[in-house]
Amino acid sequence: MQEPDRSNPFDRRTFLTRTAAGLSAAWLTSQWPAMVSAASHAHAAVANPAAAKFEFFKPEEAIEVEAIASRNIPSDATPGAKEAGVVYFIDRALVTFASDSQAAYREGLQEIQTILAEKFPGAKKFSSATPEQQDTVLEALSTSKPRMTSSRRNRPNSASQPFFETVRYHTIAGFLIDPDTDRRGNKDGVGWKVIGRENSHTFQAPFGDLDKNYPGWQPVASEKK
Amino acid sequence: MTADKVRYQTSDEVDFVIIGSGAAGGILAKELSTNGFRVVVLEQGPYLTENDFSHDEIKVLQEDLLTNHPKLQPNTFRKTPGEKAKPQRALVYGRAVGGTSNHFTANFWRFHEIDFVERTKVGAIPGSTLVDWPITYADLEPYYTKVEWEVGVSGLAGASPFDPPRSKPYPMPPLPTKSSGVLFERAARKLGLNPFPAPMAILSQPRPGRSACINCGFCLAFGCEVKAKSSSLASMIPVAEKTGRCEIRPNSYVHKIELDSRGRAVGAVYFDSRKNIHLQKAKAVIVSANGAETPRLLLLSASSQFPTGLANSSGYVGKNLMLNSGGISLGVFDEQLNDYKGFAVSRILHDFYELDPQKVGFYGGGGLDARFDMTPINFAAGGGLPPDTPRWGKKFKDTIAYNFTRTVEVFSHGTSLPKEDNSFSLDPDLKDAWGLPALRMTYKDHPDDIKLAKWLNEYGLQILDAAGAKQKWTYPIEEQQFAVHLLGTCRMGADPKTSVVNADHRTHDVKNLFLCDGSSFVTSGRGQPTMTIEALAFRAADRITALAKRGELSA
Repeated sequence: MQEPDRSNPFDRRTFLTRTAAGLSAAWLTSQWPAMVSAASHAHAAVANPAAAKFEFFKPEEAIEVEAIASRNIPSDATPGAKEAGVVYFIDRALVTFASDSQAAYREGLQEIQTILAEKFPGAKKFSSATPEQQDTVLEALSTSKPRMTSSRRNRPNSASQPFFETVRYHTIAGFLIDPDTDRRGNKDGVGWKVIGRENSHTFQAPFGDLDKNYPGWQPVASEKK
Repeated sequence: MTADKVRYQTSDEVDFVIIGSGAAGGILAKELSTNGFRVVVLEQGPYLTENDFSHDEIKVLQEDLLTNHPKLQPNTFRKTPGEKAKPQRALVYGRAVGGTSNHFTANFWRFHEIDFVERTKVGAIPGSTLVDWPITYADLEPYYTKVEWEVGVSGLAGASPFDPPRSKPYPMPPLPTKSSGVLFERAARKLGLNPFPAPMAILSQPRPGRSACINCGFCLAFGCEVKAKSSSLASMIPVAEKTGRCEIRPNSYVHKIELDSRGRAVGAVYFDSRKNIHLQKAKAVIVSANGAETPRLLLLSASSQFPTGLANSSGYVGKNLMLNSGGISLGVFDEQLNDYKGFAVSRILHDFYELDPQKVGFYGGGGLDARFDMTPINFAAGGGLPPDTPRWGKKFKDTIAYNFTRTVEVFSHGTSLPKEDNSFSLDPDLKDAWGLPALRMTYKDHPDDIKLAKWLNEYGLQILDAAGAKQKWTYPIEEQQFAVHLLGTCRMGADPKTSVVNADHRTHDVKNLFLCDGSSFVTSGRGQPTMTIEALAFRAADRITALAKRGELSA
């Protein structure tokens, strides 16, 4: 069994247990152990920090992919794609759910080199170019901008897209995936921290600024009195 | 725990074989097995439990943990019957024990009285096959109450002045009010409207074996790890299995309903997980496979007795598909709303349930709700950002960082008018991984549906404005090409020429074949169909039980 996450006093299992203890005991049935296990099983998957090993990329490719991801979600005052380990997420993606994008990455990395060589003949590699040069290259790469429509917004299709769209989607996914998975993204939950999502799976009201002091629903008539 | 679960042989002639274990199938299984019948439920998807559920957006949304697989089950789409349909993912439905009820948003309002009698009330509508239901709201009322109490719905009776009459209050109070609900309520009241606590099929109080909602925030599209969401899996299937008379058989993909020479159903033919073919014998067959797969199964079961599809003498199998119209307006606020916490919806309004066609210039009605139903990746990858947001780089990062906790959606859901051309049928070319004809969807919204969606969407923007949104925008309303609500494709009616099942959900053509799910709908209501699917299932179970006890199924 795994150790509770010491760095996070509100890890999933602990917090769930605490919350449940505050509830009526009526539902504490034989199902209870299964529920706790359901909420904590995912956590086990990332118990030991992933060794920095790649399953698809050659090390030199990983450096380039990390550089691309870092321009998509840069590191500044707060962590970016680099700190979230997005390159490890993409690496695993390419041997799991996105295995049909392997060729797109190999070709895309070459395309980036080609664009770089055209625009900045002196630059050797994308990863060693200046941020301004990198952005110019990515701007040129991102010519296609498929529109997301409301009806399909829950299920973006990352296959059969231009390389830039694929790497963009993978960067976002690697930054914001539930860190309690074995996808190797959102390391230490830094992506969620950036967007303000607490790294927990159990919350209690009040949730936000407006419901904090909300007095509760009243019929319209009684308000008018 | 699994040792005492009943297992039948395929050669055992059970009382009922039910195809599908979702919102309708789960209830029918529970009701019929409780009533003493021997039941086999054939579910095409796996038997997942809470332990298998995950907050992994890739696993759930990209790898379809809970839903139909586009690679195994491709489908095609076209707008009108004259066109050649092209491969395109056009529908999503639950493919696991519990069906779509595992991953729904859980909005559970009842249909109103108008939904059953629209044709009588408004007359014929050009371009629509609109007719009345053969049952009324009053017929269904006791079963809505049954859903609320047995499946588990949170809400506040009497809070909406537009609510239809009810025989009992909700069994438990509404879920907590989210910040989106507070701002929606204030803004809507400013506009003279009547917002009220959303009825949700999510527990606000624990029940035996089930936790109250722990507000994890992974609700729409995800399965609930603590059984707070009132799926069939959490609420009905365990009761059915406990009777010792109901077997849930997962990974069983039914592709034919077998008939005898007298034209009576004798059972269901299915592929097991190794693609071996079996016939499960039964005295009667109930299809609850959803509004797409139910008509497909009938069409796949064509035979010399029923050359155009089983129970299709009307020609209406697969026709009159309705998806519900609607749209989304979004706003960004100064306050930190943290709406990612919790279930999706805490406030809705029904002031526009029955719009006056003379005033608005179209037929239809709908509801509006305040929600945030986006998980982090899908928010940032495009679902939740203002249209002028840079797609990458520092400004992109700054926008997701600021907006995620401050964004709200006003979601509108409304009528789809039935049209004969809108349908599910068998694609003449494309096959699924089992070699069977793939689903072909044909859909073009009725012009009034588009007008309604635009009207509601505009109102959504007004509410966001009145709520003080610092930025607001809306997705353009376009003709729908993606289906989630699958309604009307084997409609219920008294006339065998214009409907597929009667008011007992019995097919007009085959006496021991019943269909009960979204396909039974005659009209679309105003969105949020699952509550009504479940009420219909409870009612169908009563009707079918009565028929069986009178010996009418084996005659």
